[in-house]
Order: sequence, then C-alpha cells, then structure tokens
Amino acid sequence: MTTMTYEQAMEEFDPVFGIEVHVELNTKTKMFCGCANEFGAEPNTQVCPVCLGLPGAMPVTNDKAVESAIRLGLALGCSIRESSRFARKNYFYPDLAKDYQISQYDEPTCYEGSLDVVLDDGTVVTIGIERAHMEEDAGKNTHVGGTGGIQGADYSLVDYNRGGVPLVEIVTKPITGMGARTAEVARAYVATIRDIVRALDISDGRMEQGSVRADVNLSLRPKAVAGESQDDVPFGKRSETKNVNSLRAIERAVHFEAARQASLLLGGQPVVQETRHWHEDTSSTTPGRSKEEAEDYRYFPEPDLLPVEPSREWVEELRSTIPEHPAKMRARLREEWGFSDLEMRDVVAADALILIAATVQAGTTAQAARKWWMGELSRVANDREVALTALPVTPDAIAELQGLIDEGKINDKLARQALEGVLAGEGSPAEVVASRGLEVVSDDSALEKAVDDALAAQPDVLAKIQDGKVQAAGAIVGAVMKATRGQADAGRVREIILQRAGVEG
Amino acid sequence: MSSLERSDVARLAALARIDMTDADLDRLSGQLAVIVDAVAKVAEVAGEDVPATSHPIPMANIHREDEVRPSLSQDDALAAAPEAEDGRFRVPQILGEEA
Repeated sequence: MTTMTYEQAMEEFDPVFGIEVHVELNTKTKMFCGCANEFGAEPNTQVCPVCLGLPGAMPVTNDKAVESAIRLGLALGCSIRESSRFARKNYFYPDLAKDYQISQYDEPTCYEGSLDVVLDDGTVVTIGIERAHMEEDAGKNTHVGGTGGIQGADYSLVDYNRGGVPLVEIVTKPITGMGARTAEVARAYVATIRDIVRALDISDGRMEQGSVRADVNLSLRPKAVAGESQDDVPFGKRSETKNVNSLRAIERAVHFEAARQASLLLGGQPVVQETRHWHEDTSSTTPGRSKEEAEDYRYFPEPDLLPVEPSREWVEELRSTIPEHPAKMRARLREEWGFSDLEMRDVVAADALILIAATVQAGTTAQAARKWWMGELSRVANDREVALTALPVTPDAIAELQGLIDEGKINDKLARQALEGVLAGEGSPAEVVASRGLEVVSDDSALEKAVDDALAAQPDVLAKIQDGKVQAAGAIVGAVMKATRGQADAGRVREIILQRAGVEG
Repeated sequence: MSSLERSDVARLAALARIDMTDADLDRLSGQLAVIVDAVAKVAEVAGEDVPATSHPIPMANIHREDEVRPSLSQDDALAAAPEAEDGRFRVPQILGEEA
C-alpha cells in the first residue's frame, strides 16, 4: 500500500472535517444531583443514588449548568430554543451507571451558530456551529492487567465521581474548503473554544485534565474536475477520532487520518466509517467500536425531566454578560499594552493573557505584569511542571507584590523572596514581607552604620571616590547589600557613600 | 398489520444485551407487536391540533440551585457492588468481544 504524507493527501483530495468538543462545566454540583463537581477526590466519594443510577432516583436539572450552556451558546452565536428538552441516549458501557446518558437530541438548547477563528497569520475562518447541547459526563474506567490499554485488559475498575458532571457538547457543521490548512484550522477552532469557555468562566478549560475534549471527524473526497463545483462532489466516508486531548494532538490526528485515508483510497481500498482511538504516544489512531455494532442509541425523551424554557428576558440578560471574542480581545490588548507581536504570541502561548489582563486590571502596568508572569512565574511553573494558571498565586497578589516594589518597600530581589513565600502558601505578599522581615532597610541610621562599617573594612575606597573614581562606590554598595541580606535600598546606600566622601552624586 | 418485525425484536434484544431463544422471539414479537400497534392508534386519533408531548403535565424549568448536597460514603456507594477494588467498582473486561 502506498504511504502518503499529509501534504500529499491534501494535494490529491479535498478534506471535509467536523469537530465535537465536550466542555466540562465548572459548576459546584453535577448536572442532575447535588454531588460535588470537583476533580481529584477519592474514588466514589462524590456519588449518590442519582448519579449511580440506583432504581427510583430522580434527576433534577442544575440551574447554573443551564445558564452556562446558554451563555456558551450565545458566545457561539447560536439561537436559544424557547423550549428544549432532555433525551436518553441508550448504550452499555461500565462507566455509564444508568445504561443511558441524559443528553439532548432533537431539541438542543443552542443551535445554528457561527464562530470566527483567527489563524496565526491573521486569516479569519468562520466555522458553522450546528448545535451546543447539555449532557452528563460518564465515570472513569481504569483498565487493569493485560497491556493496560482498553484492549487486552483483564478487568476494569470504575470511579463514578465524574459520572453526571455537566457537559456542553458543541458540534460544528461540516467544514470544507480548508485544504492543506485543515489541521491548522481544526487546532485553532478548539483553541478558540477553550479560550471562550475560560473567558466565560464556565469551565477551567484544561485540556490536560480532560475538561475540554475533542472528537475529530475527517473524510476525503476527490477534487472537483474541470467544470465541476467542489460543492457538488459528495463527501467521502469519515472516521471519528475520539478524545483528542491537546491542541497539538488535534493537528496530529488530522495529519494522521488524512494520510491514512488517502493511502487507502489511492490503494483502491475503501475507508470504513468508524470510531477510532487516538494514541498520544505514537500520534496514530486505531479502530474502535466495530462496524457491525452500528450506533443505535434509541434516543427518546427523558420522562424524569421537564423541558427547559428560558425566558427571552433571561436570555437577553445573559447575552449582556458575554465577553469579547478572544481573538478580538487579544488584538485590542496588544494595542493597549504596547506589546510586540512576538511578546504577545509568547504571552498567548504561555496561557498568560488572562492572568496578565487581571494583573493589569488590579493596577499594575502591562510590562510589569508581563515580566512577572513570563519571567519568574513561568520559571516556577516550568520547574513544578504545572500550568501557569495552576500556580497557587492570583493576579491580585502579583499586583500587590509589584505595588510593594513601586512604593519602595521592597526591591526586585526581596520581591522574589516574597513571591517564594506566597507560592509556599505563607499568605499575601504584604503578609510574607512582614513575617519574613523582607522590607527594604530605608532607615538612614541603620544604612549609615552599614556604610561606615563597609568603609572601615575597605579604607582605600573613600580616597578613590574623592579622586573621581565614583564607580569604586560599587564595592561598598555590594558589601552593604550583603550585610543587609539584600534588604537595603541600593540607591540610598550609594547616596550615603557619596555624602561620606563629600562628593555630590 | 404489525409494524414490528421479528428481526426488530431480535435487534432490540441484542442492543439491550438480552439473550433470547427462538421461542422467546416468536412469542415476544407477537406480543410486542400488539402493544406497538395499540400505541400507534393514538397517532390516528391525535389531529393536527394536538401537539406532540413528552410529559403529561405542562410544566417547565423545574431546576435546583447549584448547591452541594452530601454524597454517599465510599462504603455505602460500593455496598451493593458484586465486586469492588481500591474504592472502585470492579467490572468484567470491557470490549472483550471486540478485541
């Protein structure tokens, strides 16, 4: 069989793709019960009869989840259905306690939207949104024995803490005409969704924790021949690659699937319409559920839940809370902050934009905020191997820290020590400065004594300064800083030295 | 005329993971067909002026506040599990039939 590259595949065929993104909402409780919606608890400690699917248990819809779903729909330009309802999606899998998932089928809450996605070179692509509907998440399976993967496992262990966590599933319309930029557009689309859910503050948007997950549908069709419109060429058979959970993986999954399908087609073999598993380690996909088990979910209206009928007034009220489109906000902030393209790209790549914006909001200059988040804090995050957003420090604390520097209470070096204390959970910057005694020594008598001590230890320095070698003062400044463990105000120390030498600074 | 074929019942049984003998299928496809046909009569009676409904009582928006309620303890949650391990439900190999 011929093996094609992505680029070759794109020369031979016209790609069509679609993406389903699942967003885990950051509500306090689950979609249909009052169990806590929190990542990382001991297994099966956030479960109750409702989310375990015990007989007789009745679900009740979480109002906040409905609000979040509507706000997300509005941010995606969707219409909000006046009356929508839940449906049961029936299938068997151990992580699904009830043997059906409560979802929405023919009446999703949000439908027919569109989203502008900005590519790296500034090109804007408009993605059609088919629907955004509410549903519940499944539990988590751990496969034991065998190869550790889903195939060849001896048995599985199930934790239902995640079962019933509210999700919004966003489904695009088929996206055509992107050619070789398909992978880039797919990635940029998911990145935009992630940015939007974070800006809406309806999800933590952490792909690495699975709070934003994507399924990538891709098919290839022949390129139109002369005189034929590409739109008239029917779509090819598609594959659906499940759970592609990083931006880089989205791009790679598109690359792999396009190349795989092109190789099959050029070899005269059919592409099978199927679900495929993504393998991060090898950047490849393998077949999932078999063809014979064609999906038949036997959806029907959920009899235990009532319709969701948001009033028009409420929808308009929610519309007024929708933040600016992330790409437009980036352009505006770049302008306001006076960052270079490169600085801005680094900030966005480091996920520091919202953090810097919040720090600026709290009263810090953009450059100072950038210096903290892209400098010291990025270094710490890197050392700890966590996301910048996961560091135990808030933008307000950084603004406070910078404020202490600006007031002259601490210098840069002391500020780094104070930050260390903040990151260690010792309190706010002001509290750490107080408890660790980090304040700059600006008390002149203390400084004068330290200067005199240093001058006494290096008696030739005064003469050198009086001789016009003012830079010799540096040695005394250094000695004073050392003696005060960096807590002296270096500028003031220099002034005192020059006074002692009888020279104007 | 029945709207439900024997093959439909066999397929539903497979989807529902219910083992059925040929005799079961013969008997149940007859019985289920009677039920389905009886329900289908409703469609004949309901005119244009009767909207489709999924709930007998015309209510909507019965929601709850997003407030945490106590969950079960891990022991209680696992109490009825046939097998448990490490605080989790232990279940047979998944997708074994497809591996």
